Amino acid sequence: MVYRIHPSERISHPVDRNRFLRLLREHLGRDGLLSDAEELRPYECDGLSAYRELPWAVVLPETVEQVQAVLRLCRKEGVPVVARGAGTGLSGGALPVANGVLLSLAKFSRIIEIDRVNRIARVQPGVRNLAISEAAAPYGLYYAPDPSSQIACTIGGNVAENSGGVHCLKYGLTVHNVLQVRVVTMDGEVVTLGGSGLDGPGYDLLALMTGSEGLLGVIVEITVKLLPIPPCARVLLASFDSIEAAGGAVAAVIGAGLLPAGLEMMDSITVRAVEDFVHAGYPAGAAAIVLCEFDGIAEQIESDLLRAREIFRAEGATEVRQSADEIERKRFWAGRKAAFPAAGRISPDYYCMDGTIPRKRLPEVLRRISELSAQYGLIVGNVFHAGDGNLHPLILYDANNPGELERVEDLGGKILETCVEVGGTITGEHGVGIEKINQMCIQFKVPELAQFHAVKRAFDPAGLLNPGKAVPTLHRCAEFGAMHVRGGQLAHPDLERF
Amino acid sequence: MNADLSERLRQAVADASGAGTPLKIAGSGSKAFYGRETSGNVLETAGHTGILRFEPTELVLTARCGTPLSEIEAVLADHGQMLPFEPPHFGVGATLGGALACGFSGPRRPFAGSARDAMLGCRILNGKGDMLSFGGEVMKNVAGFDVSRLMVGAMGTLGVILEASLKTLPTPEREVTVCFECDVEDALDSMNRWCSKPWPLSGLAYDGGRIRARLSGSERAVDAACRKFGGDVLPEGASFWRDLREQRLEFFRADGNLWRLSLAPATPVLDLPGMGFYDWGGALRWLKTDAPAEAVFRAAEAAGGHAALFRGRSDDGRVFQPLPDGLKSLHANLKRAFDPKGLFNPGRLYEDF
Repeated sequence: MVYRIHPSERISHPVDRNRFLRLLREHLGRDGLLSDAEELRPYECDGLSAYRELPWAVVLPETVEQVQAVLRLCRKEGVPVVARGAGTGLSGGALPVANGVLLSLAKFSRIIEIDRVNRIARVQPGVRNLAISEAAAPYGLYYAPDPSSQIACTIGGNVAENSGGVHCLKYGLTVHNVLQVRVVTMDGEVVTLGGSGLDGPGYDLLALMTGSEGLLGVIVEITVKLLPIPPCARVLLASFDSIEAAGGAVAAVIGAGLLPAGLEMMDSITVRAVEDFVHAGYPAGAAAIVLCEFDGIAEQIESDLLRAREIFRAEGATEVRQSADEIERKRFWAGRKAAFPAAGRISPDYYCMDGTIPRKRLPEVLRRISELSAQYGLIVGNVFHAGDGNLHPLILYDANNPGELERVEDLGGKILETCVEVGGTITGEHGVGIEKINQMCIQFKVPELAQFHAVKRAFDPAGLLNPGKAVPTLHRCAEFGAMHVRGGQLAHPDLERF
Repeated sequence: MNADLSERLRQAVADASGAGTPLKIAGSGSKAFYGRETSGNVLETAGHTGILRFEPTELVLTARCGTPLSEIEAVLADHGQMLPFEPPHFGVGATLGGALACGFSGPRRPFAGSARDAMLGCRILNGKGDMLSFGGEVMKNVAGFDVSRLMVGAMGTLGVILEASLKTLPTPEREVTVCFECDVEDALDSMNRWCSKPWPLSGLAYDGGRIRARLSGSERAVDAACRKFGGDVLPEGASFWRDLREQRLEFFRADGNLWRLSLAPATPVLDLPGMGFYDWGGALRWLKTDAPAEAVFRAAEAAGGHAALFRGRSDDGRVFQPLPDGLKSLHANLKRAFDPKGLFNPGRLYEDF
């Protein structure tokens, strides 16, 4: 497999497992600690299930004090810790380490407060994303970020990954919708980041913590912003006979000053796959389709729809349909939402990538992907959050064919490198985890990586929180070959190595 | 204007690092009043200017730190766009770097996001003189720690922002401001009630006598919303929000210390002497008071928020809300991680770093 723990990322410690389990048990009670192989099995991987590892132990604390005690103990003994929410992450961020503790926040599942007047929800990290909107619905409010796993994923994981969704262009990512978090640091201290208002004192550690993939602290409470539920939403379904035309239409919509709540594109491979699967009514012959949704008050979306329809036609749409009612709107979206399962239906396995590119580079990126697809002999379908430039190529494969997964990962790596080349990024919303840790060596140069490590040490000097994830060691990068090595000498020999 | 001084700035920081001499980062000086006093050799950033890239269909603009905000806003306006956070200038030459370092956001902030929300990527110099790039020119990017947003509001103490990429937004087709007379309790109640309904709001402030509400969107939407919303239409609506943003209203001109309090929007009026002005639907409160710093900090903290002495003189040297010990030590560690020799703006944010 492509991913391997690098020796420089391994936290070695001489701690005796049985003694350590005894110490943990003192803090966690009977139900709070799992240590038999059978009990540990469900925690061996997250949504990136190609990689598995049994942790030493799983702890299931119920109180902040227990989290503090576990982290203090791990700190004292030098044992690594990996935090986990629902385990729906797609980048392996919650993959356990073999000689460490997996800290599950599953029991932190309480909605502490819905404050309808201040429009906030104060929740524990194990609360599911969708459960927040459900609890807020009686007050006409909802929590905006809606990652596709929102039925199952937890808000704690969303904060750790800075999750997105299909409405990011208008409503932002998790970082734009969280007001405050309480975090237990590796020293076992509880700190509050952010404030009851719209900002916090001092440095913006709330922004830094969001998307830090469990490397800086363990989040034990989150306050999120709630928004009024938009009274109306309508979606346009536009078909195009080329990807270029669809891309041009998307740019024209944005350039015209419209701000769609959702703006999605699918290529012909994906369109055919979902149409066969859910019969959403997509035109099967289209080279690309665009879904463009507006929400808000009725008068606003009427004017927006009118202009968007004109733009699509002017940009060469072969057909433009508008959802007549809520049922049709849901049907138009059903296809998009079924894109991943549909890929799973036409292929034994699929691998979902997550790059972001400047929108205008889309045609050339898709051309490059199709060249790579031919070169590797693997079919790639493309789903594109066109509003925010987030591209999800789906590589279809069969894991039972020896060597095929390795080829897929190799192809995936090439696609991410293409994203970086055109000024984009290797991950828009799924996180780096272990999955894209090698590509981090391409995205960033040595001085930036060194700065990340310095930030990490500011919170976790011993490097015990989620080691080997998100930020590669410079040794890894040296071996990955992205770093400039000449005559056996690393570039920047004066920099510290980790 | 277009001038690339990044190499000269890098050299200046590297020299300062070698000699261990502190640097006082200065753009146009429009926000020099804000924060604690600092000292050091002046590092001039105002000459590092130019809009590097602006792609209207991508909603992203990248500019050097010394670029005047007015220039950026003019270019955006030509394409029907704006900076979503409506940054205060506080001076004709106000620069992008200063706006981001101070992290100020104007009246549109609760509805369109803050300066840090708009920040997509940046190039900085850290205290070792390394030139570093974080984030990028795309909306969604979770590769690496979010250092770009950490720079916003750090008052230059973590690094010199050389360039920044910001999310832009289309300017609403139409904006109308309406006003209502009421007392402060009714104002807080009304503003919070409106915010929990899907009104197309983009500004909500109370000056002690009247609420001003700004409605934004397409012509049809704003006209329809205005009819249902009620209130008296303010003919000079745009200038009211500009004057509020720039603190040119009567309230701000009076003598005395001006405090900025950030609180949950429905927080009842705090028990502090002086005059209040409520922006951000109640979440941002300006307070003209001669109360001692300790009293203001304590009241803000009790309400779960924080306070800063925005303009005026502190009786005890403190300007920003004191941090609890755990948070303070994280700040000190982070300062060392970016600026190990303590070169940048020493003491501007907190006494110890």
